[in-house]
Amino acid sequence: MPTEGETPLGRPESSSRQAQRACPPTAHPAVEARGLTKTFGTNLAVNDIDLTVMEGEIFGVLGPNGAGKTTMLNMLATLLPIDSGEARIFGHDVRSEGHAVRQLIGVTGQYASVDENLTARENLWMFGRLQGLSSKSAHSIGDDLLAQFDLTEGAHRPISQFSGGMRRRLDLAASLLTRPALIFLDEPTTGLDPWNRSQMWGTIRNLAAQGSTIMLTTQYLDEADALAGRIAVIDRGRKIAEGTPGELKAQIGTSSLRVQMAEGADTAKAVALAADLTSDTPIVSPAGSGFSVKLSDANQAADVLIALRNHRLGIANATVEQPSLDEVFMTLTGHTSETRLPGAKASES
Amino acid sequence: MTATVTSAPVTNPTTTSRPAARSVQASVSIRDALTQITTLAWRALVKMRRNPEQLVDVTAMPILFTTMFGFMFGGAISGSLARYLPTLIPGIIAMTTITSCVAAGVQLREDMDKGVFDRFRSLPIARIAPLAGPMMADLARYAVAVSVTLIVGVLMGYRPGGGVLGVAAGMVLAVITGWSLAWIFLWIGTKAKSAGAVQGMSMTLMFPLVFLSNAFVPVSTLPGWLRAVTRVNPVSYVVSALRDLMNHGALTAQVGWALLGCAAVAAMFIPLAVRSYSRRV
Repeated sequence: MPTEGETPLGRPESSSRQAQRACPPTAHPAVEARGLTKTFGTNLAVNDIDLTVMEGEIFGVLGPNGAGKTTMLNMLATLLPIDSGEARIFGHDVRSEGHAVRQLIGVTGQYASVDENLTARENLWMFGRLQGLSSKSAHSIGDDLLAQFDLTEGAHRPISQFSGGMRRRLDLAASLLTRPALIFLDEPTTGLDPWNRSQMWGTIRNLAAQGSTIMLTTQYLDEADALAGRIAVIDRGRKIAEGTPGELKAQIGTSSLRVQMAEGADTAKAVALAADLTSDTPIVSPAGSGFSVKLSDANQAADVLIALRNHRLGIANATVEQPSLDEVFMTLTGHTSETRLPGAKASES
Repeated sequence: MTATVTSAPVTNPTTTSRPAARSVQASVSIRDALTQITTLAWRALVKMRRNPEQLVDVTAMPILFTTMFGFMFGGAISGSLARYLPTLIPGIIAMTTITSCVAAGVQLREDMDKGVFDRFRSLPIARIAPLAGPMMADLARYAVAVSVTLIVGVLMGYRPGGGVLGVAAGMVLAVITGWSLAWIFLWIGTKAKSAGAVQGMSMTLMFPLVFLSNAFVPVSTLPGWLRAVTRVNPVSYVVSALRDLMNHGALTAQVGWALLGCAAVAAMFIPLAVRSYSRRV
């Protein structure tokens, strides 16, 4: 059961509140984890994480390499024993009802988990048979998925000749044979080129539109932003924030303006102007020849640049940047005592 | 929240097709497990067909050992090649089946490191299926090993006195032996850190097991302590049983002991291997 009003960082105040925010009130939780913990030796890979993913939503787990995302996912997917805490998938206890849980989930890991010795079609047939489909329906469902994932052309080719993007797609197709209610995707686009990445995004959105609940991990803020209805930010095994992409971004500023001055000597004057025009304190670049400043509104970029022009302060270049994951973490971990769960704001409940 | 998925109350009419509202089974039925095992056996056979080099140990090895041992030791041990063959061929058959079941452990270890085994772990399948599937396919390997040895033996002049029935019974016993003993190596495969380690450990176990037996030499020529070793070595019982069946067509007590030994090994190592595999993954 969710614990009410706990204070530690990023702890959801109440799962029912989240439910009201993201999903219709009748939705059931697909994933409920309380105090999930995993230790490898002396390393706390996952440290006391609470999560609730409601049915039908795309839930993003955002964090850098080694944050504990995959470990957490593997525990929820019955692939790793849970050290302490508890987890339920559609009400089934992950620890004691692993077999039931495995019937409800599809897992696509970071590394292609298909058989290199078989063709794409043979792979899908095999996984279909293993999950209780008849030989005939394993073939027909497999062929449908191959078509849907644009793999019909390579259906009879050995996997070893597949490109990275094709492997990922086949891997995902292999997770969908029995239309699992909950799909775990571990970094579904890491290592993919931009074209395959946007294809994968489209596929994930389609799956959600068809009613699947999706829990995905990613290192990319833009990916979580583009796909997820809610995001949990994980760092060093802890959940440090949770909320909708809008809430998280509001917390760290939407974007920042980075300016390189033509004359390094002008930097101080420029910084003073930028500080006046934005509500942020600009950060001077390490070389002292430029600065960056957070923008609460993209129009502020124009304000700053116009002011620099009016004061005849030449710039070498200027860019407006989306907040990077680094900045998210700087903001979230740098002010730990002030970091509040965005969703816990009084106005939200 | 604690309601099972099957009985979850559905209040919203649009949620009746909820994918979660499907029936889930608490465990795998025997029928499903058999389908899973045969499916994974099919996978192993396809793999074998596409990687024929994996069959070297059941084709080239028996040819090599039968001719080598026959021509080298035939005269010294039995006076002539023809008189040695009835001793040698059952011995080589036992040896090749035991050698080829070492590969079961090595291949399992290699497979376990591959991505596809990650998926097997996430599927609702019987825990024994990823082990029993390849084991079923390996029956074909043992059959090849035994047949090749027999053919080479016949070409060299071996004329089994047990007739077709005796030889067939001997072949079946050899295949059963290979299958049962393979569980030992499978268990080693689940324990070892790498495929190379499995190979090393298995060979260390396999060589004394095969050679400290009555497979190639008359036990009467051995020193007393070694004779005692061969007498407790289960391989000796298998070799004696094979000789009784193939050379004399006789269903002797040795056959019973050999089968009992196989059953004991399987009964002990199947649970060990499955438990160790489940824990590992």
